[in-house]
Amino acid sequence: MDWQAFFLTLRLATVTTAILLAVAIPLSAWLVLGRARQSAATGWLAAVEALATLPLVLPPTVLGFFLLVLLGPRTAFGRGIAALLGHPLAFSFDGLVVGSVIYSLPFAVQPLVAGFAAVPSPLLDAARILGASPARMTASLLVPLARRSFLTAGVLAFLHTVGEFGVVLMLGGDIPGSTRTFSILLYNQVENFDYRAAERTSAILLCLSVLALALIYFRAQGPRAQQPKTQEPGARGRA
Amino acid sequence: MLEFELDAWRGSFHLRVEGRFAAEWTVLFGPSGAGKTTLLRLLAGFDRDRLRGLGRVVFNNRLLTDGQRGLSLAPGKRRTGMVAQQPALFPHLTAAANVAYGLKSLDRAARARRVEEMLHLVAATELAGLRPHDLSGGQAQRVALARALAPAPKLLLLDEPFSALDGAASDLLLDRLKEWVSANGVQTILATHDVSDALSAGAEVLLLREGRQAAFGPAAEVLAGERKRLMSRLE
Repeated sequence: MDWQAFFLTLRLATVTTAILLAVAIPLSAWLVLGRARQSAATGWLAAVEALATLPLVLPPTVLGFFLLVLLGPRTAFGRGIAALLGHPLAFSFDGLVVGSVIYSLPFAVQPLVAGFAAVPSPLLDAARILGASPARMTASLLVPLARRSFLTAGVLAFLHTVGEFGVVLMLGGDIPGSTRTFSILLYNQVENFDYRAAERTSAILLCLSVLALALIYFRAQGPRAQQPKTQEPGARGRA
Repeated sequence: MLEFELDAWRGSFHLRVEGRFAAEWTVLFGPSGAGKTTLLRLLAGFDRDRLRGLGRVVFNNRLLTDGQRGLSLAPGKRRTGMVAQQPALFPHLTAAANVAYGLKSLDRAARARRVEEMLHLVAATELAGLRPHDLSGGQAQRVALARALAPAPKLLLLDEPFSALDGAASDLLLDRLKEWVSANGVQTILATHDVSDALSAGAEVLLLREGRQAAFGPAAEVLAGERKRLMSRLE
């Protein structure tokens, strides 16, 4: 068993998930609150949402190739980053993190957008008329009321990063201890006809996925928010 | 003084109404679907995409909405309080925290005093520590009213705010509210389809029917006219 690849994969998935949640929470809140207040920037909202969804339909190898070119020495951006960090991003762990964040972005944004959008609009209206800024509405309403979607977003982003292959191969290659993840390891094992090792690697990936999904569905069975009870006895109107 | 001229669509429903409210209390009266809620929401600064060109709201000489210039002040910047038909209390916060939500600019002690004062006003002091799912519909409406009053709005918009309260509780709350509104110089618009609420609250009544102004004037006069019209339809 290549534990180095195993722990590198876990490290990559953990760092990616943390960055993704930090990026996806404000992005998803901006999308949902912008829609809710019929913002003048509707065109921008649609464009950003489409861009955040693009990695879902783009072949991973294509995304990996674009990133390889962008972060490589052929572009000013790539050279600038290399000068800043002291090494090129391509074929490095940091480069894998950048690629993973972009590739898994929809898996964090989509559940959060769905969770935030499920917060009833009368609550958002009440907060708006009480003078709450979008940041305060996010922190005081969207985040606490949609906290279940954080688990879904986190688990999906984590698992998607663990299982990622195309982007990792294009952007990171296969450098042991630096860019060789579990998926690359599995590919190597199959290519070398080492099916026994491949079975073990696959079984670990499968167990990880099943455990994570069980966690999501187990949590989803929990108690839901309750509504106010009833109207007072003798009430005249609609409650 | 509240002046408005609004032309808005909500699906196939068309609201076209103008008004000039000078009285401390004005009642929007009309059957369900007459456009009361739509009008209140537009006055509060919501649903600005429903406005078609003609949309102007001026409150105390301050321009809040001007459809032609694409101006619409955000709801939170209008010094307006609103209680919707559904109380829409924040479910994860206690009643006291709900009331305190709009008081961010006050320090902790002043905020606590204000919350206590508002809950006392709506006879809900004992509910301070409860969460919305532990409140009855009427209790939730009282807390929602306290939450709307707490930031000291200059314009108060009430959309059937007492519908879940029994008659006696509703009358008591209305009396207290009238006193508070008068003492604090707040202009109040109350939307209702309940004749007794309209009679006890309103100095002036705007009667709405199918998105248009059907009558405007002193409560007794407008409601008597409406009663006569309904009776003649039954005969």
